[in-house]
Amino acid sequence: MSELIRLESIVKSFDDTVVLNGINLSVAENEFVTLLGPSGCGKTTTLRIIGGFERPDEGRVFFDGKDITNMPANQRPVNTVFQNYALFPHMTVGENIAFSMRVRNKPESYIKDKIKYALKLVNLDGFDGRRIDQLSGGQQQRIAMARAIVNEPRVLLLDEPLGALDLKLRQEMQYELVRLKKELGITFLYITHDQEEALTMSDKVVVMNEGYIQQEGTPEQIYDEPVNAFVADFIGDSNILPGQMTDEKLVRINGVDYPCIDGTEQGFPPGRLVDVVIRPEDIDILPYGQGQFNGTIISKLFIGVHYEMLVQSEDGNIEWLLQNYDQHDVGEKIGMKVDPENIQIMHKPKSEAESARELDL
Amino acid sequence: MRKIFGRVYVVIIMLFLYLPILALIVLSFNEAKSMSVWKGFSLRWYEELFHSKLMVQAIANTFSIAILAALIATIIGTLAVLGLAAMKPRTETVLMGFNNIPMLNADIVTGIALMLFFLMFHWPRGYLTVLFSHTVFCIPYVILSVKPRLNKNTDKLFEAALDLGASERYAFRKIVLPELRPGIMSGFLLSFTMSVDDFIITYFTRGAGINTISTLIYSQVKVGIRPSLFALSTIVFVTALVVLVAVNLRQKRIDAKQAY
Ligand SMILES: Nc1ncnc2c1ncn2[C@@H]1O[C@H](COP(=O)(O)OP(=O)(O)O)[C@@H](O)[C@H]1O
Ligand SMILES: [Mg+2]
Repeated sequence: MSELIRLESIVKSFDDTVVLNGINLSVAENEFVTLLGPSGCGKTTTLRIIGGFERPDEGRVFFDGKDITNMPANQRPVNTVFQNYALFPHMTVGENIAFSMRVRNKPESYIKDKIKYALKLVNLDGFDGRRIDQLSGGQQQRIAMARAIVNEPRVLLLDEPLGALDLKLRQEMQYELVRLKKELGITFLYITHDQEEALTMSDKVVVMNEGYIQQEGTPEQIYDEPVNAFVADFIGDSNILPGQMTDEKLVRINGVDYPCIDGTEQGFPPGRLVDVVIRPEDIDILPYGQGQFNGTIISKLFIGVHYEMLVQSEDGNIEWLLQNYDQHDVGEKIGMKVDPENIQIMHKPKSEAESARELDL
Repeated sequence: MRKIFGRVYVVIIMLFLYLPILALIVLSFNEAKSMSVWKGFSLRWYEELFHSKLMVQAIANTFSIAILAALIATIIGTLAVLGLAAMKPRTETVLMGFNNIPMLNADIVTGIALMLFFLMFHWPRGYLTVLFSHTVFCIPYVILSVKPRLNKNTDKLFEAALDLGASERYAFRKIVLPELRPGIMSGFLLSFTMSVDDFIITYFTRGAGINTISTLIYSQVKVGIRPSLFALSTIVFVTALVVLVAVNLRQKRIDAKQAY
């Protein structure tokens, strides 16, 4: 896959606040890339720089190998689905979709066919005469998509397109978006603060916080191997614990040594202080005394398919978060065990910048 | 019982407000010159009105000044709104403060100030000075009615148009301007009615030879009122009424659209 968009050390400040802190990003042709991060971390600003609505203070933007940093927005070969859709309220659905084609003086017969095609694609056949204020949120979202794609952009930029929809509709639209992307065969650069959305749809997830890229990788990599406590915490409920390497591929947490699969080779020599992530579903429950460590269940919550439990360690120092399909009672004493490959060792934050990011946790 | 009392109360208020105007309108159609005796329906005072060069001239002045002043003020005011939007927020706030002061200012102060201004620069007072003054006092109202239409939302729509390949000029014409239109329209209508309505500022800025309806009536009061002035007042009232109804209907239509 060839590279389509590249951001090189993008820095951007508003007034005196640094919003983007040297962003490097590469999006390959036909990839579904998601920028994921909490509100205010600079996602929209990054997208606006690619769309041509903001100029970076430093750094360059490349499209298909060409430097487009100073190219005006209306000449860029990208189209955007804006956060609140920005549909033109005084125009009908059809006129909205036709806008980019009328700008380009396409013949009316071509425009008509294209509107029809686009409406069909987003499952809103026959909506061309409707007024925008007659549409529901989900329909507006589809029209915004239709309007953005008739121009046949090579990249579609989507800024939290599902953010305004309710949960059920949001889940439906996730499938829709993936289907649309397949049918169109174009590149998607997608923004969301919803980690589930990011993990479900993307080929590549880029986790951002406070103007820095924290980690990028496939959804599996991001979920299974978070590089720091921020990513681990943001991607899902986790046990994030301080630990120390006591031997080659052995980490001590709260006085207990656990075998793991990271060692000197991965940059964690014996003696090194580390952070450890253990996902709640990766802790197995055994009869009391038979696991690596013991604890008492102090709370239990049924959440759909499984139970979520808080387990206090025997010395009272740690509360573990567990998810399990089996039911156990509050007050029950249990043993627990974690497989070596489910223990994710992370570097402790070192630099000042990194520490600053951690403060947000 | 309470309900009846309430109704009676409303009726009394309405009578106080509208009976004088009704009397004026009725008397303007009275055959007699008397203000107290009804002698039959006639258009004689309207005839007299339109035969009096002085009065026709005043009517022409009033409406031509109102239309021109409203038009010029609307153009300048709208451009000012666009300019303000491009400024730093602090500058914008300060300038908006300056914009609001003339509206709070007493008309008599504005009128005298403008008169002194014309005297100082030796502008012969006449039609043009009145037009100038009316334009000046209307601009802040236009700014105030157009400005709220140019907001974050219009910025977004403008960007969306650029994103779809439109030039800035095309995006402005096709997307931003239609968004501003309701504000521009109400700014124009507001300016028009205020200009027709004005007496004090006109009084101080007009030259000896020129009258609007209000200044003419004022000068006629001294020599004795003829019923043709009732006819004139009726015309002004009906005009104001028509404009008011038009504005309200417009607003209803807009509200109905947005209520969806
Ligand atoms: N035009 C602007 N002027 C000043 N500050 C801005 C502007 N745009 C964004 N910001 C600030 O930049 C930060 C990042 O914003 P944004 O990129 O919109 O974040 P996100 O989309 O991740 O929520 C926020 O703190 C926001 O307040
Ligand atoms: Mg955003």
